Amino acid sequence: MSGMWSFLANPHRFLVFARYAVPVSYGVGLCLFAWSLYQALWRVPPDALQGGDIIRGMFIHVPSAWLCMGLYLGLAIASFVWFIWRHELADVAARAIAPIGATYTALCLVTGAIWGKPTWGTWWLWDDPRIMSVLVLFFLFLGYMALRSALETRQRAARAGAILAMVGAVNVPLIKFSVDIWSSLHQGPSVLRAEGPAMADVYLHPLLIGFGGQALLVSAMVLTLMRAEIFTQQGDRLMARRLGES
Amino acid sequence: MRPAPIRRSFGQALVEAWSGGAGSVLPFGFFSGTAMLVPFVLGSAPDRLASIGPGMLWLALALASLVTLERMFQADLQDGALDLWVQEPAAISLVALTKVMAHWIVSGLPLVLLTPLYGLMFQIPIDTTVPAMMAFGLGGLTFFLWGGVAAALAASVARGGLLIALLALPFYLPTMIFGGMTVQAGLEDPSFLFLLASTLFALGVAPPAMGAALRLAAD
Repeated sequence: MSGMWSFLANPHRFLVFARYAVPVSYGVGLCLFAWSLYQALWRVPPDALQGGDIIRGMFIHVPSAWLCMGLYLGLAIASFVWFIWRHELADVAARAIAPIGATYTALCLVTGAIWGKPTWGTWWLWDDPRIMSVLVLFFLFLGYMALRSALETRQRAARAGAILAMVGAVNVPLIKFSVDIWSSLHQGPSVLRAEGPAMADVYLHPLLIGFGGQALLVSAMVLTLMRAEIFTQQGDRLMARRLGES
Repeated sequence: MRPAPIRRSFGQALVEAWSGGAGSVLPFGFFSGTAMLVPFVLGSAPDRLASIGPGMLWLALALASLVTLERMFQADLQDGALDLWVQEPAAISLVALTKVMAHWIVSGLPLVLLTPLYGLMFQIPIDTTVPAMMAFGLGGLTFFLWGGVAAALAASVARGGLLIALLALPFYLPTMIFGGMTVQAGLEDPSFLFLLASTLFALGVAPPAMGAALRLAAD
């Protein structure tokens, strides 16, 4: 695994990898996502406990919640790698992850509100620890992007962003714990439990496959942004060389 | 490691904080002004004030801590003090911690000492005043520590006040939750220990982060 990462740390080899990985991820991800949407919208029976047809929203809401947490973890890891080893690609990755992570936290909050209205009777609930955790995550992503865009050079933005992302990552468990102390109307965890998933297979399989598809789509988007960033840097370098020659 | 630069920066920070624009008067005025507006917005019935009073003072404290953050390290960057600290043998994270402590003494502690007065004005019961003061003291220190990280990261950003607030506010959340619970439930409640733990956590994590951010700003 570490061999693969150091192999890809070279931007040129990364570009070659991304040239094939991006279309494959988009293609496979779209197929899986479309299949899970078909299952969710036409095949899956409505669930009386979860407010009937609104259960179909779960196939967007739950993967987006998992993905936004995974994206923050990815941001923190990329920042750590950049801060310790100064791999340029790690910073390119961190920069690409932030807007996508912010979008997915927003998607999670919006779909959660749409689901909350028929099941809990309210769009928004301050008491719920998971809403609060995702909301804090949204502000962490926003702060990260705002800090990066406020600093003038790329190098400074990368260093400050890495420090902020790492401080945020060590704080996330504390924030999670503090909001968990608040009382919760949310149902308990029902997929990852010691005694196995409590969800019926008819829901679980489309959920997991749809999550896989959306994860592939997200990684394809991150790779696309990273590729665009590398091309921009190469273009800048080329222009600087031309100007130097003339 | 010589203690002299740290002691010197502590004294200097105190003097600066007293005499500069970010002295005690500014946070005090902001704190009082915010608190003063609340009864006009939310109603002045004594029982309502008693129930919202502690939480409102919490909010005013958090907002007042944000007022001074922008000046915490920016002046040191502009007058070159930061470049000297980076060259000192004393760890820059300790210097940063000293600055935060000085700021807390000047801007946070007066608000804690004023809590009994505001408690009288907002009909807060006398027996919750002591927990409130303890919570405000610890919480204020935690606010300044996390705010210091944000201020150090944005030290080189001109007019970075709003950016600093956006960066710092998510880190305020655990302290606000535990502190609010402590004020309501008293010092025997476990939430006071959680508040203490989050302060100690900030004392451990924030100084190295401030040090790294200040070294970046001095580059």
